[in-house]
Amino acid sequence: MDLLSFGKTGWGDELFYATLMTIAVAVTAMLIGFLFSLIFTPLKLSNNKFLNFIGNTYTTVIRGVPELLVIYLFFFGGSGAIMYVASIFGYFEYIEINAFITGSVAIGIISGAYSTEVFRGAIQSIDKGQFEAAKVLGVSKFVKFYKIILPQMLRLAIPNLSNVWQITLKDTSLISVTGLVEIMRQSYIAAGSTRDPLFFYSFAAVLYLILTFLSMKLINRLEVKYSRGF
Amino acid sequence: MDFDLMITSLPKLLSAAVITLKLLSASLIIGLFIGFLFAVLRLNKNPFINKFAYGYSYLFRGTPLLVQIFIIYYGLGQIEWLRSTFLWVILKEPYWCAIIAFALNTGAYTSEILRSAFQTIKPEIIEAGKSLGISSKIILYKIQIPVAIRQSLPAYGNEIILMMKGTSLASTVTLMDITGVAKHIVSTTYKPLEVFLLAGGIYLFMTFIIHNLIKYLEKKYSFQ
Repeated sequence: MDLLSFGKTGWGDELFYATLMTIAVAVTAMLIGFLFSLIFTPLKLSNNKFLNFIGNTYTTVIRGVPELLVIYLFFFGGSGAIMYVASIFGYFEYIEINAFITGSVAIGIISGAYSTEVFRGAIQSIDKGQFEAAKVLGVSKFVKFYKIILPQMLRLAIPNLSNVWQITLKDTSLISVTGLVEIMRQSYIAAGSTRDPLFFYSFAAVLYLILTFLSMKLINRLEVKYSRGF
Repeated sequence: MDFDLMITSLPKLLSAAVITLKLLSASLIIGLFIGFLFAVLRLNKNPFINKFAYGYSYLFRGTPLLVQIFIIYYGLGQIEWLRSTFLWVILKEPYWCAIIAFALNTGAYTSEILRSAFQTIKPEIIEAGKSLGISSKIILYKIQIPVAIRQSLPAYGNEIILMMKGTSLASTVTLMDITGVAKHIVSTTYKPLEVFLLAGGIYLFMTFIIHNLIKYLEKKYSFQ
């Protein structure tokens, strides 16, 4: 247990901050994912063939390629791509992107592909008659979305979004390959310097279990809240 | 875009795809056995047994696959007495460590898929079988298992694709699968976009094949 003490001798404080970093990356990635699904869900539901194709390509490609590869592509290819864009605008200095940003964006894009599928499914399972009824009653588009579609959609989507959150949370462990000090990276460092990999990786597993357990409790509460009245 | 590099990398990546497929098929076959065993344990009425099975699936679904590989590859070797047993022959090979981690991981997910498939079988079907005087063993083999397989095909198809993507983590324990080879080529050529995009394309093609294979099986085994 000395290994986990706080302060200079133990790894407790380092692992504590690493856990906060994992949470920060996961939350940021989830929010970026929502942003992506906000763009791509309407595309997937669109009647326009071209828009539809763009939406489908995003979800199919991202869900068909390993997460690790997406992260490598962003981490190693990201600064190159940004420097290329910058060179068009006449900026030729070396640009290095922060590991937190690359990691969160990479995981966010993956998370977004899964959330897009969840939202599409949720909207599609709302009875078509309701859209027609709203139209007939002359309800404005804004009210229709906020008062009719959104509440029902959330109720249907929350259990699946909980899965997406779990996937996102676990995917953050892959960012350790880029050197960002989150749970996995910190455990790797601790395991290397103490030569006790079994202890530190098992402890990392426990930290992830605590995070998934706590988030499940939280999500169950949301589920109860949004199912009220049905 | 350096297309020459892409053309010269393609054969290297394709031969690495063989390793990816080997890892995938070995993990899936072992994982299917584990999954079936734990699904049956989950449905057992003894609370100790089904809690144990639930604990297994919770543990492996609640932690990242990367942690699981690292515990098995870097962690287990630390246990002194394990190194003196015959298990060490297996555990010192990164190849087998990866397969063990993948199989235990996919086994946990498979057990959930099969459990829910068994639970959705209507009790009337089993009762009908019983009333016809069919023994419970034959009910299991001829009714419950085929219905459960049909029910779980779509979810299992997703699991195969997730596992195929998961095999890319083998590259973190020095295995030269598609991702491992791609990373190696990038480290010598400094052309990440070309190589990683090509590797991604190969994975995508494999996803496409698996997706269609499952779709075909679903159609073949669907209830008319």
